[in-house]
Amino acid sequence: MPDLGLEVLWKGKNFVRLLGGLWVALRISLIAAGISVVLGILLGVAASRKRSVSSVVLRVWLGIIHIMPQMVLLFLMYFGTTRLFSWNLSGEVAAVIVFSLWGTAEMGDLVRGAVSSIPAIQRESAEALGLKPAQVYRWIILPQAVRRLIPQSINLITRMIKTTSLVTLIGVVEILKVAQQIIEANRKASPNAAFGVYLAIFVMYYLACRPLSLAAKKLEKHWR
Amino acid sequence: MAEAVLSISHLTKRFDDQTILEDLSLEVREGEVVVIVGSSGCGKSTLLRCINALEDIQGGEIRLRGDLISHNRKNLPELRQKIGMVFQNYELFPHLTVLENILLAPVKTQKRSRQNVREEALALLERVGLKEKADSWPRQLSGGQKQRVAIVRALIMHPEILLFDEVTAALDPEMVREVLDVIVNLADQGKTMIIVTHEMSFARAVADRIILLEDRRILEESDPETFFTAPKTEQAKKFLRTFEFNRKNKAEA
Ligand SMILES: Nc1ncnc2c1ncn2[C@@H]1O[C@H](COP(=O)(O)OP(=O)(O)O)[C@@H](O)[C@H]1O
Ligand SMILES: [Mg+2]
Repeated sequence: MPDLGLEVLWKGKNFVRLLGGLWVALRISLIAAGISVVLGILLGVAASRKRSVSSVVLRVWLGIIHIMPQMVLLFLMYFGTTRLFSWNLSGEVAAVIVFSLWGTAEMGDLVRGAVSSIPAIQRESAEALGLKPAQVYRWIILPQAVRRLIPQSINLITRMIKTTSLVTLIGVVEILKVAQQIIEANRKASPNAAFGVYLAIFVMYYLACRPLSLAAKKLEKHWR
Repeated sequence: MAEAVLSISHLTKRFDDQTILEDLSLEVREGEVVVIVGSSGCGKSTLLRCINALEDIQGGEIRLRGDLISHNRKNLPELRQKIGMVFQNYELFPHLTVLENILLAPVKTQKRSRQNVREEALALLERVGLKEKADSWPRQLSGGQKQRVAIVRALIMHPEILLFDEVTAALDPEMVREVLDVIVNLADQGKTMIIVTHEMSFARAVADRIILLEDRRILEESDPETFFTAPKTEQAKKFLRTFEFNRKNKAEA
């Protein structure tokens, strides 16, 4: 059996450090996902009205987010704001902001699509019962819309978790940064460390994202 | 004469520049059952939708016991609670069980206690023969069952008036009966109703008054016996003949 370089994982605190790095990545993406879900629902509901200002805002916002590589957004937020406004954002805060900007736009678009796909007569039959517009959204439109957008929003959150690998570039010490440090430190002792460490990361990302897709499947089944 | 529950005066309804209803007036009294008939596309659904302001109107006014029903009034949700509407395609909420479909509006809008409403809902479900379906999902029901649930969902609000828009038109023939029986039963209880239907023998049995809607207005208005045996206008005769023709065809086949 070839040397997989797994032994570095058990050296010192390496494994715990990797987990810590994973937690940083997850924390960024989960906080951003939380913000995106809340703001995305508000924006998406507002934008689901045709020819509304919000629908234009969403379209433009989405266009920008789609064109700009996430990396550029991260650099803009992290280095740009320091220059322009002399804000001193930590890398993690900058990352959360960028991911939320991205997530809110995409989530908003998902919500807009899902809300628009609910037949008008569902809303009308709720209104006919005397529900106020806000109640119609809360009890009829949103629950049905959410069921439709669960798969895509889980997909979005998973993409966010994966994209956190970029935040290394603005100095956040997340799992990939830790990995590089470990590999660097063990270059002599275990030349195959890279394989072992990245294999471990693969498994960790898998274990982190798997429950999400399982939960999504379960919800879909439950709501079928 | 009993008090008018609903009064429509000089109603005009247009979609863009197409006039659907013009200068239409109609009063429905307490306990009265008004059946509206007319060829497809003559504006029957539109009329019902105007009554609970699902459509805005371009002229005239609609009042429920004196209260103006209008798109841009703040009290519209309150007024709508007093107008029960049952649609052709049931429009149950697919993400809620039968019981939750029925409980939602009274609990959220009338602030009635869940326990009370629940008991009433179960009693109503029992009356339409669906008590054992209380915890089912809409997708598990047949069309006729869904429509009976939709009727219960409207009834539980204790509306002043019930609107039925071709509620059997989407049903398989063998399910039409179970729904119409429920409506006849409501008529027997003295409920005030406006019913749009193509079921002529049902119309004849249930109506206190029959209205033929044609050419944007009420063309003929009479008690059912007169309407079916001695229609006044040529259009009414023609309208009734379309059903006779269907029946003859069926007999030959
Ligand atoms: N939302 C709408 N926009 C434009 N035209 C409509 C709309 N709803 C209905 N109509 C038109 O109004 C007329 C009456 O429709 P409707 O009230 O549904 O007729 P009925 O129920 O008697 O069959 C039809 O010509 C229909 O095409
Ligand atoms: Mg119709």
